[in-house]
Amino acid sequence: MTDTSVKLETSAGGDDSRPPVLVRSPRRKPPSGSPVTRWILRILAVGYVLGLVALPVGTVIEHTFENGLEPVLESLRNPDLQSAARLGVFVAVISVVINTVFGVGISILIVRYRFPGRRLLNAIIDLPVSISPIVVGIALIFVYGSGGWFGPALTSMGIQIIFATPALILATVIVALPLVVREVIPVLEEAGTEQDQAAQSLGANAFQRFVRITLPTIKWALAYGVVLSLARSLGEFGAVRVVSGSVAGESQTLTLFVNDSYQEFGAQAEQDAFTAAFLLMCVAVLFIVIIALLRPKEQTK
Amino acid sequence: MSIAVTGINKRFGDFVALSDVDLEVPTGRLTALLGPSGGGKSTLLRIIAGLEFPDTGTVEIEGVHATWLPPQKRSVGFVFQHYAAFKHLSVYRNVAFGLEIRKKPKAEIRKRVMELLELVHLEQFADRLPSQLSGGQRQRMALARALAVQPEVLLLDEPFGALDAQVRKELRDWLRNLHDEMHVTTIFVTHDQEEALEVSDEIVVINGGKIEQTGSPDDLYDKPANDFVMKFLGPVTTLDGRLVRPHDIEVLRAAESDAVGATVTKLTRVGFEVRAELRTAGGRSGEVSEPWVQLTRSQAEALALEPGREVWLRTSSAPQTLAVS
Amino acid sequence: MTTTRTPAPPRRRPRPVSSGRLTSASGLGLGVGVLWLSLIVLLPIASIVVVAFQSGFGEFWDSITHPGALAAIRLSVGAALLVTVINAVMGTLVAWVLVRDSFWGKRIVEVIIDIPFALPTIVAGLVLISLYGPQSPFGINLVGTRTGIFVALLFVTLPFVVRSVQPVLIEMERDVEEAAASLGASGFTIFRRIVLPTLAPAILAGSALAFARALGEFGSVILISANLAGKTEVSSAYILKLIEQNDTTGAAAVATILLLVAVIVLVLLDSLQRLAARRD
Repeated sequence: MTDTSVKLETSAGGDDSRPPVLVRSPRRKPPSGSPVTRWILRILAVGYVLGLVALPVGTVIEHTFENGLEPVLESLRNPDLQSAARLGVFVAVISVVINTVFGVGISILIVRYRFPGRRLLNAIIDLPVSISPIVVGIALIFVYGSGGWFGPALTSMGIQIIFATPALILATVIVALPLVVREVIPVLEEAGTEQDQAAQSLGANAFQRFVRITLPTIKWALAYGVVLSLARSLGEFGAVRVVSGSVAGESQTLTLFVNDSYQEFGAQAEQDAFTAAFLLMCVAVLFIVIIALLRPKEQTK
Repeated sequence: MSIAVTGINKRFGDFVALSDVDLEVPTGRLTALLGPSGGGKSTLLRIIAGLEFPDTGTVEIEGVHATWLPPQKRSVGFVFQHYAAFKHLSVYRNVAFGLEIRKKPKAEIRKRVMELLELVHLEQFADRLPSQLSGGQRQRMALARALAVQPEVLLLDEPFGALDAQVRKELRDWLRNLHDEMHVTTIFVTHDQEEALEVSDEIVVINGGKIEQTGSPDDLYDKPANDFVMKFLGPVTTLDGRLVRPHDIEVLRAAESDAVGATVTKLTRVGFEVRAELRTAGGRSGEVSEPWVQLTRSQAEALALEPGREVWLRTSSAPQTLAVS
Repeated sequence: MTTTRTPAPPRRRPRPVSSGRLTSASGLGLGVGVLWLSLIVLLPIASIVVVAFQSGFGEFWDSITHPGALAAIRLSVGAALLVTVINAVMGTLVAWVLVRDSFWGKRIVEVIIDIPFALPTIVAGLVLISLYGPQSPFGINLVGTRTGIFVALLFVTLPFVVRSVQPVLIEMERDVEEAAASLGASGFTIFRRIVLPTLAPAILAGSALAFARALGEFGSVILISANLAGKTEVSSAYILKLIEQNDTTGAAAVATILLLVAVIVLVLLDSLQRLAARRD
């Protein structure tokens, strides 16, 4: 084994205030342990990942195309699938926009200001990821449903939330709530307030400082958070399942379409389910690739 | 007066950062705020800049009441210890920032920025990002950025504090030259007395939230108002119950009426200078003291100093001494 | 020099950016943010607890001691615990191999690990049923079995521990291990005495997330579990069934138990994590 190790280096110059830059190299030091242990560990780890993830994913692709391309194209022409895809994308995009605006705003408040309840606020934002999506769904029904706390008042104003698009958006916003915040906060914390103060002494007002300093500082973290949120939002199923009613062509998102078609137990219905699942899977893999590309950029910032 | 600060008080919680501070800074001078860390000098500078606001008191900049003006409405350039470079902008865009905010025409911005980059010797780095510059270069960029908007006052907060000794010395000379060319009223904060003595026209010594003394470097060095200023501005030692500068002690081979007898205990050579440590036999005050004396090598050789030798010490003519309080 | 009269300080003093105290604009922003959080997180969670107890404690107690409810809760908690333990071990191992070993195809494995994160849960369910369902290429049919639920939960919780341990391992100083080795410690001893204590907070943090996820998981398990009442019906499926039968109190009661278990485990793991981190 040749030793091509690269040590962890701090950035050159030594005189500056930047944190040490992690030089990530695949072979920093020869791996420890005997060759036999190493092989056992390697096979165990790779085998576990491949068996648990890659194998099932491969099977679904095989299932989708087992009768050739024509049934897949037939599914794609299904108007229910098309409208489910449109609604799914619409709900996801609106939710991501809401979570981005909220996420950036609340991150700035949490990092730059001290106020009572700040830590509590920070903890509440994380709460939704630890709650079952089904619980999120029924909670929305309890508050906004026709028999819920605000339901009657909303109905009298002519606003329907549950079993309509607003509920889909609300449910999706909740389950993806912390994703932007968790990416943006560390970057803002590291950047500090000096650049902001410098801009202020150069004459920039609050809006100019946000656009010219804060936004460029967090842009990669924000992009990363947005992609994560988009993936989560497009893929949300449980919470949406509870509040949607899943009427084909009306309140059925693509994930609901997968479920409903699969439950129908017809050959074409099953094919529809697999085709929709395949589409979602392609989007998921695309997101993973984008995230992998964004990650190093974020680190070099 | 370019800057007039009156009756400033500032607390952070229980900590009194500034207590009833009055200060006037004349136009076109280079003034140093000197003092130990935590003494309130940075707070004072930040209050002048509008980055902090005082609890009581007023700030006047070029005759305008600025106490409650936000920083962007004061004609003040600020340079931070850690540069506060806009990391996502090139050197050029960093310097152009204030001008872009003021919506100056592109051509004018270009002309002004290039002039400034030349002034700070960064013209060939215009397209680089701050991360590609050394600390000293980043600080020069920050200075050019602050100067770009033609501020009436330039404020520097420990501007060389994050740099290593060599670069610090270079930048110090360079700041002095720059000031001689531009004559913009400048205040800089430092805890390094050598830096303050070398660069500034006037020094304000601040300690414990109060101004201890204000004056020219020579005034402060030669006529310190109190112990603190004397100790802070240079080396001191005690002879016969008084604070003395070690280079102001005369070493004699023979007894004189105003001299105190002493024995050399240790000699240390530091380059061309010799430090002699001695023990007095108890002078007029009757106290035994252990002063040290700074001599040149030739002086030490002429006196044939060596440990154990008996000599007589007295303060040289026109010395600055202070009774130890 | 012009002598101007000292103006009185404005009634609302300006605040510097650095002070960290709220300005009127940021205070307004905070108000809006808190209102929004209340509407979408706090009120809904409160509603669960309120609805669970609105018909009295007796009703609540009956709901959670109903055999179906007990079976569902037991299944979810048990499976979540087991899956968390397995993935804590396997996740640490996978992270170790990814950081310390290098081999052809490592980057592909890296991408594969993220798939359960990014894949919609219902697609994950479909993925698993096509491998372990009636049409399984290996003839393994796990539909309607607890093993099926188990595999689904292993799948969706795989990335949590791996992704939380990996950065810590990357930053870990090899010098300490080398020092231990020079003092005569064996590979296993080094791992147990040096590496594991350093990784413990990250493993616990990842485990907490994995447990919470497994406890409430729905999409990836419903297809393979077939929701057989009393046997393979997980808590979230049971809650959904009750709400569709208009038994809001029952649904809210079981949901309250899920919330409670999640909070207990999160707090427990958080304090363990603090305890482990204190050693640094």
